[in-house]
Amino acid sequence: MQMRDTKPGGGETGYWTWHMVAGVVMVALLGLHMTTMHLGGQTGLFVAHPAEQAVSPANSQARDASLALTVGYVLLLGFGLYHGLFGLRTMLLELTLRPAAEQALTVALIVVGLALLGFGSWAAFAAHKAASGLAAPAAVYVGG
Amino acid sequence: MTPAIAPGAEITFHVRRYTPGKDARPSITAYRVPLKSGMTVLDGLYYIKENLDQSLTWRSSCRMGVCGACGMLVNGSPRLACNTQILEVARGQITLGPLPNFDIIRDLVPDLTSMIEKHQEIMPFIQREDQAEIDNPDGEYYQSPGDLERYLQFSFCIKCGCCMAACPTLATDIRYLGPMPLAQALRYNNDSRDGGAALRTSVAASRHGVFRCHFAGECSRVCPKGVDPAKAIQLLKGQLVAGYLGLGRRKRPCTKLGPASRR
Repeated sequence: MQMRDTKPGGGETGYWTWHMVAGVVMVALLGLHMTTMHLGGQTGLFVAHPAEQAVSPANSQARDASLALTVGYVLLLGFGLYHGLFGLRTMLLELTLRPAAEQALTVALIVVGLALLGFGSWAAFAAHKAASGLAAPAAVYVGG
Repeated sequence: MTPAIAPGAEITFHVRRYTPGKDARPSITAYRVPLKSGMTVLDGLYYIKENLDQSLTWRSSCRMGVCGACGMLVNGSPRLACNTQILEVARGQITLGPLPNFDIIRDLVPDLTSMIEKHQEIMPFIQREDQAEIDNPDGEYYQSPGDLERYLQFSFCIKCGCCMAACPTLATDIRYLGPMPLAQALRYNNDSRDGGAALRTSVAASRHGVFRCHFAGECSRVCPKGVDPAKAIQLLKGQLVAGYLGLGRRKRPCTKLGPASRR
């Protein structure tokens, strides 16, 4: 009889629960994002210059200047990364790898997820600082 | 209502034949079987064995859909041979094969060892902390109709393996526990006499446990006893998540009707 890889303190139940939570949060945040991008002209939601398109430089910069929106987009990034990477992990676990490989896969996806979240957060807050006029414009561009 | 059958009508059984170690690969053998009203697939197999080919091998026992022995692939769908009227699933041709997702012993006989071992892993029996009571039971445990209702449907399982054969996740991930063991885990967790939910959780919530279910629903579609293992799996997920969030309902222990209560 094969040994089951059990883990106290949540384990797969915890991963799954947060997968569901992330899905719900993404519905809300993506809804806001889609409304801003596609209905910004009609609703005026997060659109500082209604006469221009939602993705115009002026409107983008206005959104970047908002701390609340910056945090919101970082949250969307975080929950989206978690939801997507957990789904990827679920598919890869069905390849019936060795238990050690499965554990390594989990760790690798956690590292990749945290790295992408870190990079995305840095980029978002750098854009926020630049848009808020708290940093020199050159700091907006990655790589200088 | 099955249609009237013309006198002398026949149906062709296309049966997958394979003896591991003897045959290089599986083959299909066709048998012409006289058709009678009310004839089941199992009746057809018995006719073939008695009149056409004594070497044909399958597993069966009760002939009445309560033992689960005769599970096989009938026209691409896992079914019980004794419970399947030929004319409900075929006209002129019927194809039989062994249950998928299992190794084959011979012809239509699957090796159910993997399913039985997974079933054993979830500890499918009443567990209680009071060892003295288990060693020397001296009373009955009362269950209300409501208590019974919480697990009765899932206790109808006859371990036929049809749900395991139909599960697409099991087809790709052989380590996945599967619908039957997971449904039985819920059956015992929901039994008011049982105190083993924590032990079963460690198995059910493992890496190839309940959270690998994609909710395809094929298991419930093919179950011959109406167990609805897909529903059981989703309820089990809910139980585990509620426990993780600290929202789990505290299980009310069964009232014991022992000698003391009769005084």
